[in-house]
Amino acid sequence: MDIPYTTHPREDTGLYNAKVGIWLFLASEVMLFGALFSAYILLRVGAAPGTWPMHLLNVPLGTINTLVLIISSVTVVMAWASLKMNRFDRFKIYQTVTVLCALIFLVIKSFEYYDKFTHYQVTLADGTVLDGHVVTKDTNSITLHHVKEIKPQSATNTVAAPVAAGAAATAEQGGHAADGHADDHSHGERKIMFSELAKHESGRLKMSNFGPWHNTYMAIYFTLTGLHALHVIGGALVIAYLLGPGTKMWFSDPERFTNRIEVSGLFWHFVDLVWIFLFPVLYLL
Amino acid sequence: MEHSTQTHAGSHGDHHHHHEELGFWKKYIFSTDHKIIGIQYGLTSLLFLLFGFFLMIVMRWQLAWPGQPIPVIGGVLEKLMGAPASGGVMSSDLYNMFGAMHGTIMVFLAIVPLAFAAFGNYVVPLQIGAPDMAFPRLNMASYWVFFLGGVVMFVSFFIPGGPAQAGWTSYSPLASIVPTDGQTYWLVGMVLLITSSLLGAVNFLATIIQLRAPGMTWMRLPFFVWAQFVTGFLLLLAFPPLEAAGLMQLMDKVAGTSFFLPTGLMVSGKPADIAGGGSPLLWQHLFWFLAHPEVYVLILPAMGIVAEVIANNIRKPIWGYKPLVYSALTIGFLSFIVWAHHMYLTGMGTAISTFFQTTTIIISIPSVIILTVFFISLWGGSIRFNTPMLFVLAFLVMFGIGGLTGLPLGFSYADLYLHDSYYVIAHFHYIVAPGTIFALFAGVYYWFPKMTGRMMSEFWGKIHFWTSLIFMNLIFQPMFAQGMAGMSRRMYDGAVNYSAATNPDSLGGLSDAMIYSNRTISIAAFCLMIAQIPFIINLFYSIKGGKKAANDNPWDATTLEWQTPTPPGHGNFDVVPTVYRGPYEYSVPGHARDFTPQNMPDAIATKKA
Amino acid sequence: MADHSAHSPAAAASAHKAGAHGHGHGHHDVAKEVRKYLLVFGALIIGTILTVAVSYIELHPHWKNIAIGLVIALVKGGLVAAFFMHLIDEKKLVYGVLGATVFFFVGLMYITLWSMEPGSFIRLKQPAAAERTATQK
Repeated sequence: MDIPYTTHPREDTGLYNAKVGIWLFLASEVMLFGALFSAYILLRVGAAPGTWPMHLLNVPLGTINTLVLIISSVTVVMAWASLKMNRFDRFKIYQTVTVLCALIFLVIKSFEYYDKFTHYQVTLADGTVLDGHVVTKDTNSITLHHVKEIKPQSATNTVAAPVAAGAAATAEQGGHAADGHADDHSHGERKIMFSELAKHESGRLKMSNFGPWHNTYMAIYFTLTGLHALHVIGGALVIAYLLGPGTKMWFSDPERFTNRIEVSGLFWHFVDLVWIFLFPVLYLL
Repeated sequence: MEHSTQTHAGSHGDHHHHHEELGFWKKYIFSTDHKIIGIQYGLTSLLFLLFGFFLMIVMRWQLAWPGQPIPVIGGVLEKLMGAPASGGVMSSDLYNMFGAMHGTIMVFLAIVPLAFAAFGNYVVPLQIGAPDMAFPRLNMASYWVFFLGGVVMFVSFFIPGGPAQAGWTSYSPLASIVPTDGQTYWLVGMVLLITSSLLGAVNFLATIIQLRAPGMTWMRLPFFVWAQFVTGFLLLLAFPPLEAAGLMQLMDKVAGTSFFLPTGLMVSGKPADIAGGGSPLLWQHLFWFLAHPEVYVLILPAMGIVAEVIANNIRKPIWGYKPLVYSALTIGFLSFIVWAHHMYLTGMGTAISTFFQTTTIIISIPSVIILTVFFISLWGGSIRFNTPMLFVLAFLVMFGIGGLTGLPLGFSYADLYLHDSYYVIAHFHYIVAPGTIFALFAGVYYWFPKMTGRMMSEFWGKIHFWTSLIFMNLIFQPMFAQGMAGMSRRMYDGAVNYSAATNPDSLGGLSDAMIYSNRTISIAAFCLMIAQIPFIINLFYSIKGGKKAANDNPWDATTLEWQTPTPPGHGNFDVVPTVYRGPYEYSVPGHARDFTPQNMPDAIATKKA
Repeated sequence: MADHSAHSPAAAASAHKAGAHGHGHGHHDVAKEVRKYLLVFGALIIGTILTVAVSYIELHPHWKNIAIGLVIALVKGGLVAAFFMHLIDEKKLVYGVLGATVFFFVGLMYITLWSMEPGSFIRLKQPAAAERTATQK
């Protein structure tokens, strides 16, 4: 039994099966990420003015990762073109670069994640917010370095308040507090006793790293980029398979193999496409 | 080129050979044959249907005799579930668990897999003249992911604290703050089930688009295939937002995020230990964005089955095939923009309520057209009243009742009163239980001879039909009255606390008649359970012991699935069929017989025997 | 490898496809495509640098930054979809599927947001926001 149109396109649709399949799948992926994007907009619009963090992430690393994914997208399409031009040797080079790019992306991403998990924000009893990376943490104290200190709004923000009522942009500016009115003790380490800290109503200390639980921004950041990273891993595994054991089909059924490369490429471009939106939305805007 | 093709064909042949020798595991368990996968889906979902029914039976006991130990199985439940069932009595927690899981299991593990995946898998490739699904291995994967999802849901009954108990809708923040792990299992199970549905939907759509036999144009497709096609699109585009929502709720549950948890949330009188800033309404939007199209996922395949059975048993063409197709497409389109009629009471604003009220009322038009087409088709037919046809005729009436009683719920003012009452329960159960499930029974009786080569017993089939019909109505008809009297749907004590007897000084307490209807309903439900026994025995006995089907086409049907060997082998058709005509050419003047199969050329059809 | 590929059947296969159906890519077509890919690559790099650069210029009100960032992202995404994913020259069926998806996607976003903020799509006027916090307090 053979299933028709696995390799050659069907006359009336002009497509082979896998291409129909992948486009349908990508349509559902659009809805998946679309729902998360709509959650993002909603959380941002619904956030209390001035609480949506901005420029919290490492823009240079994000930019490098964007470029890495763009390069991988080009190599994927070049790999397909190489097969079309019957250059199997070039195909292998291009796809190797693609898989390497995927790995670089994931390594950089995990560094960024690690950075956020060691990035702490604590609030002292007087309302001062300290923000820095953890050096050590034990049962009754935490030591941070690169500490930024933000005094309570009421004390320092007397000028900004009337502006906030009038100018349209200032609501978003709270996130820039780090640039605006923070004392940067960049190199000093600072040990903070838990007894100095303020407490939540629930009794928990006001101390938290920038994990997904920190606020809704970190929540949507980790969910979106985590889901995207899973797609990178999945796509890279498929591409690596088609570069390794999967290549034997090139010698038995080259056209079908080329189709497989095209289909896996379409998925990879979609992953790139999602990142093209994720990067400005999460890192820049 | 020639050479390589030959080697390929050769190696494939070997593989095929191995495949048949590999025996039981490859043939029946890890099969890539769409027919086996369809039967796997069918058996699994029938088991879950029974399980979901069992949960409801236990709940009905509690509603009719609140606080009384459950007879027979009370002790077993106490052993299995522990504290929530202590003394064999159903606690409010256990009631919540069973209620949530009854809904979840019935929708996601029983009806949808049975209607879409089981019948779709078995019938669609046969009806379009394809050798298999477009992606057979993906098909196997989607069954096993579905199975895994079912296992996760089932296992959650036996973990400490029991399964999810926040309703099948799992509204946040309620779902997120229940301290047990049941909800986490529910979410993991849902993500698996959704993934399986997505893979299945891609496969179905690609198959229908790509693998139609020569001559099988879009307007020659049997309506069942059209129904599955629209259903596939609904699953493909509506399910991902729920998957996203499920992932976010999972994050809320395990990673401590606050997607759906608002600032200032209080739990048991204490401030919740969360960052806050989330939106409970967002969950409802994303949930209903799926769950309303899901209603049409439940009903469209049933309508497809109805069309097949009706056309076959009235022995004349369906009246208005094209309106049927266009109505199904319109329903598919509109079903995406009616979801917030489930949310009139959330305070989302009058403008948006009006918008959704309008679209909701508009979507009843294509539904009515479909029902009208079926009714008009009956006119002047010489109807054969066999078991599948009886179930289908009952479907028409029951679905009509379910649909018409939905109209008051679509109007936001009427909904203010009826919302969350037993009226709603009665309304959607009329659509799904005597509606969809009757159509599915019709499908089982109708396609059984193709799957096994034997007929199911007509006598026991008719017993099954009449008893089911009577008890279904005895169960759901009184609920309309209870709902209109103001009985809320989630009272675990059968609303005794709101009865006039308990509150003699208050106005508007529920009358004794309403409270006592709980008992008649429950007794009818127990009888309905007994009425399914003939079906279960009939189903399994007939596989080996049923009357042999007269030939490959015992119903004298026109569509392609009846033009194959019985049961069809791997690859389905001995020769690729060519299609010459529409799906329902019954009693065509000038033709030799009263049915003309789709793959029969005119020259043969008109030849006198 | 090059040796082998010279004998590979792919050339014959793709030539056959191009001849028979008229939509395959011959060698020359693909070579032309490759030039396009490199141009798009350049455009994507420039777009990335531009979007980062613009984000450091704080415009007032801030939604101008958002608008510019999203426009650049849309252009970049459009280029990837049009050229790398060949959407610029694809079959009608694919357009149909994507058209339906975009429609429902927009519906999901728009209606959800609409219902969250009765009367306005995205709250752009800050005074309204300030009032809202005032009432919350």
